[in-house]
Amino acid sequence: MGRERLVTLFDRTRAEGRAALLPFLTAGLPDPESSPSLFQAMARAGADGFEVGIPYTDPLMDGPVIQQGSERAIDAGTSPDVALELVATITETTGRPVLVMTYANPILHRGVDEFTAAAAAAGADGVIVADLPVEESGPLRRAAERHGLGVVQFVAPTSSTARIEAVAASDPCFVYAVAEMGVTGEREEASTRLDGLVARIREVTDVPIVAGVGISNPEQAAAAGRVADGVIVGSALVRRVLEAPDPATAATVLERTVASFAAALR
Amino acid sequence: MTIKLDRPDDRGRFGEFGGRYAPETLMPALEELEEAFAEAWADPGFRAEFSEILTTYIGRPTPLHPARRLSEELGVEVLLKREDLAHTGAHKINNAIGQGLLARRMGKPRVIAETGAGQHGVATATAAAYFGLECTVYMGEVDIERQALNVLRMEILGAEVVPVRTGAGTLKDAVSEAMRDWVRTVEDTHYVIGSVVGPHPFPWMVREFQRVIGEEVLAQMGEDLPDVVVACVGGGSNAMGIFHPLAERGIELVGIEAAGEGISTGRHGASIGAGTPGVLHGSATYLLQDEQGRVREAHSISAGLDYPGVGPEHAYFHQTGLARYESVTDEEALAGVELLARTEGIIPALESAHAVAWVARERASLAERRVLINLSGRGDKDVEEIGKRR
Repeated sequence: MGRERLVTLFDRTRAEGRAALLPFLTAGLPDPESSPSLFQAMARAGADGFEVGIPYTDPLMDGPVIQQGSERAIDAGTSPDVALELVATITETTGRPVLVMTYANPILHRGVDEFTAAAAAAGADGVIVADLPVEESGPLRRAAERHGLGVVQFVAPTSSTARIEAVAASDPCFVYAVAEMGVTGEREEASTRLDGLVARIREVTDVPIVAGVGISNPEQAAAAGRVADGVIVGSALVRRVLEAPDPATAATVLERTVASFAAALR
Repeated sequence: MTIKLDRPDDRGRFGEFGGRYAPETLMPALEELEEAFAEAWADPGFRAEFSEILTTYIGRPTPLHPARRLSEELGVEVLLKREDLAHTGAHKINNAIGQGLLARRMGKPRVIAETGAGQHGVATATAAAYFGLECTVYMGEVDIERQALNVLRMEILGAEVVPVRTGAGTLKDAVSEAMRDWVRTVEDTHYVIGSVVGPHPFPWMVREFQRVIGEEVLAQMGEDLPDVVVACVGGGSNAMGIFHPLAERGIELVGIEAAGEGISTGRHGASIGAGTPGVLHGSATYLLQDEQGRVREAHSISAGLDYPGVGPEHAYFHQTGLARYESVTDEEALAGVELLARTEGIIPALESAHAVAWVARERASLAERRVLINLSGRGDKDVEEIGKRR
């Protein structure tokens, strides 16, 4: 469990000569009760692990689709506590590694130690915090280490080499390479900046690199998977859940969609 | 030993408040901005140009007005710092011109801004026209409705006004949406944040561009300084602009937050008075949040105070006792508008009316003291809203 499980995952997918597929979905969509079934559907379709979003009122790094997903999950009763309960169900029923994604305020409000303890107890393996850059992440990293969790750090096309070095020195469980400038959301064109960014990160560190932001179809995922060790797909999945008339349809559509992404990475 | 800080520490902190809680995509831009501002602010040429524009274009220094009839009515000697007379009608223009000058120096052809009451949006649109920059302003749709006049002004000035429909459709949501724009456009766009909020270096930089208010008071009053200085606090830029130069001089500094419909109703904007420490819009500060750390909606009749956070330096001033923070309800603020209008012939902005209303309420305890109110803006924009409540 914990960070070790992420190491094992990337060792395995690297050995298989492919990138890991890590779908993002907000916990509690379309409602807390049916939420785990969507993750189970994605696991059946070949997801290697999950980024599970704890819905937050002010998701600064997210575009309209994930904002709407967060609002809907909160309205359906997904508090941070409920979200962690869902994480426990998801890890238990899918057996896949899980990264918990959230924002700084709910974590600091609860206390980094208590939050990481609760996430670890729920079976999570790592933490992603969208607005906690490396210079502010010290307390979280120390707490995560105490509880055996990995911490993900971001690198963007605008990040200087000095910043990439600081990220590498913080010992992240993987580096999240932001493929597109901008908030999360689907893009028509494939990223033109990811290859260069991944190359710059590889010069500095050999920790796994996972690409995300703006990867919305299997072709884009395949392109990202040729350079990165993992690929995160988010808005394209959340949108399909929001559009689905009922939870069963959402699960069916997600299974088919994730299968197409998984096939593109093999 | 002085408690107040000329600038925050290396991590952008005022004590435990401030910092830089921002997505990585923005971090390089924040570093670049910090460097560019520090360099510009140390450059006498930049300072001289800023000062020249403040004089010839904005009309500074703004007058210090002895409010004789108001003083008689309240039995308190009251002076007004007339920021309402600055070009575009509020102190916001000081900061917009400063950041516009900096954007031009940094070679950024486009600026974006958030606005609540519309005063900062108008100020940024004005600065953009002055410097020949492209301008987009984010504004909550609720605010667009209650500040229609300012929307029109921005459009006449050539800015694009983008309605924000997320959340409650007010200032907090406008800040979030402006930040989302900036994450995408940061390479050719400067974000002209409108208050002493946001990730470092914004709270420090905006305070520096606004400190001209307090420095003028020192020059205008000489040795004869007031006993009490009162200013309204939403994000808190007019207050910090006057507080910082006047702090630690034996003057009581009082920031007035929005009590909205009353603190006990939960519908207010008193982040210091009724909030708890956390992180909002990139800095550690006091904010309104629920027991699970989710940000709560603020409420105030004045769009400029309708914000669930406060500048981190105010959090620091509160914690260290450099200033104290009180609050005033919507009703009291409306009465403050009428009071100042009838006694002095000045219709203040609803935001500024909070400071007037506090002095009126506390007149008994202020009787022997000289009180300076920072009249941060004029009320033309609020006339319709005030009319609805009469």
